[in-house]
Amino acid sequence: MTKTIYLDNAASTKVDEAVIEAMAEFMKNNYAVASSQFSHRPGILVKEALDNSRNTLAKAIGAKDEEIIFTSGGTEANNLALFGTAKAAAGKKNHLITTKIEHRSVKDSAAELERSGMRVSYLDVDSEGFVNLNQLADKIDDSTFLVSVQFANQEVGTIQNIEKIGKICKERGVIFHTDAALSFPSIPIDVNRLNIDLATFSAHKMHGPKGAGALYVRNKTAIKKIMMGGFNEFNLRGGTENVPAIVGFAEAVKRFKREDTDKVRKLRDALWRRISESVEDVNINGPKDFSKRLAGNLNCSFDRVEGESIVLHMDMKGIAVITGSACFSRSLEPSYVMMALGFSHERAHSSIRYSFGKFNSEDEVEIVAEVTKEVVERLREISPVKKVI
Amino acid sequence: MPIPYSNKVIDHFLKPHNAGSMKDPDAVATEGSPACGDMVKLYLKVNPETKVIDDIKFESYGCASNIATASIITDIAKGKTIEEAKKVTWKSADKELGGLPPVKVHCAVLAVDSLHAAIDNYEQSHGLVKDPKPTTKEIVISRLKHVINPLTGFNIVKANMIDDVKVENGTVTVYTKLASDHQFAANIKEEIIERIEPLWDVKKVEVKFDG
Repeated sequence: MTKTIYLDNAASTKVDEAVIEAMAEFMKNNYAVASSQFSHRPGILVKEALDNSRNTLAKAIGAKDEEIIFTSGGTEANNLALFGTAKAAAGKKNHLITTKIEHRSVKDSAAELERSGMRVSYLDVDSEGFVNLNQLADKIDDSTFLVSVQFANQEVGTIQNIEKIGKICKERGVIFHTDAALSFPSIPIDVNRLNIDLATFSAHKMHGPKGAGALYVRNKTAIKKIMMGGFNEFNLRGGTENVPAIVGFAEAVKRFKREDTDKVRKLRDALWRRISESVEDVNINGPKDFSKRLAGNLNCSFDRVEGESIVLHMDMKGIAVITGSACFSRSLEPSYVMMALGFSHERAHSSIRYSFGKFNSEDEVEIVAEVTKEVVERLREISPVKKVI
Repeated sequence: MPIPYSNKVIDHFLKPHNAGSMKDPDAVATEGSPACGDMVKLYLKVNPETKVIDDIKFESYGCASNIATASIITDIAKGKTIEEAKKVTWKSADKELGGLPPVKVHCAVLAVDSLHAAIDNYEQSHGLVKDPKPTTKEIVISRLKHVINPLTGFNIVKANMIDDVKVENGTVTVYTKLASDHQFAANIKEEIIERIEPLWDVKKVEVKFDG
């Protein structure tokens, strides 16, 4: 079996050894339910671990401890943000604003709210994936209760102007939610400076475990719980906390180093340099100014070849990447992100996303560049779509 | 297994048989479009006496299912007469390949369609059509339904890009609603001609643009 070169870190990441150790150690010794100081010793120890984890994440984003609500992951946090604020707004306000390129957990939650009678405005993005801020300001009206805009895009890596959006929302008195599952911690967050009211985080996107995430909820934000059962998480999320995973989540936050992002950025830049120098007719999808895209994200389209075939060939060589091609999706629809950017179906079908993590290496970049060239050229040889000269 | 494909599909995908273009083919057919995510072009060389397929080639812009199916059906068709080759179905290809994932069947159908279309084009252009019927506007339109607008993936009839069709003395004129400087004008024109030209009584195809 060939050694795997994993370049799908935007989907999920390899768990850090230190995280696994912290979790294993915790699980071996702690199995009680987190409970107050009026309970038994085992419960208090778990409560302490939960509190410490909460404090770690809170400090990292400039929040207060009680503003961190642990969830089962980014998807649940996004569901809580949308359904929770909609529930609190019910009977008073009925309009929310989001974008056309959100993660499915926001997109589908918004669509579900729309089916139940709420009004939803989906903001347009330009050809690099940037939200139209004038349109945002125009759309906010007296019935708007929430604006939800992702920090950075999962497919093309576009980093939104969160500071500006936060400012607009604050001025207009609307709750601002941002899905920072992919951007944190590589892009630091200060919830106060950026005027963020709700923010989504996910452990497994940052070398932590699956099954843990969080929603930052600014004090006094109008939001109601949607998961019933117990008074857990300041009565905003019922159910026993997945404390081992939360401990792992906190460990991943602590382990993060700025140098990891620098490394990931260098690898991404090197791969694009190699590909753009050696392969003809390849176009970058997302911001051309790399300072405005996620450090680990590279997304490009190879003219005249279909993405699933590239992915499959690369998989045979041990390289894990994904495509926005319809052939790759269960729905047989091309990526809605690519469509929102105004690309042709063909460009979406020909797109490949490489996403780096801290465990990737320079040697891997060399191999991936070579294999990409080889595979694209081979598929072009048998493609009926010819280069237009 | 991470990929829902049989080993045989993977083999044909990685090392497709009969892949590439052909010089001076006797018949050609294209099905699909890059906009749909799958496109296959099939070339035939047929022995004029025996009607045996002497050579067959395909080019594919498509997924593994499409490439593997084109590979296997060209293997099957090669050396057969065109009458025998007409009997190749996607089901026979599916069986030969050890089963395709259901969601990928349409990609296989497209490859098989290109074989049937190429044989039909051969018969049309070589006076082999039994009971030939004169080409009508309806026949032309039904063929135009296989020409895809690369931008959207819809066929040009459904996409309302055809204004009118005239058939007069062996000349078919297709009036499109496309501007001549449309991004894909040349591409669409070429595909329209490829679709209509093989019809047995068609001598000339003209494609008109709207400005």
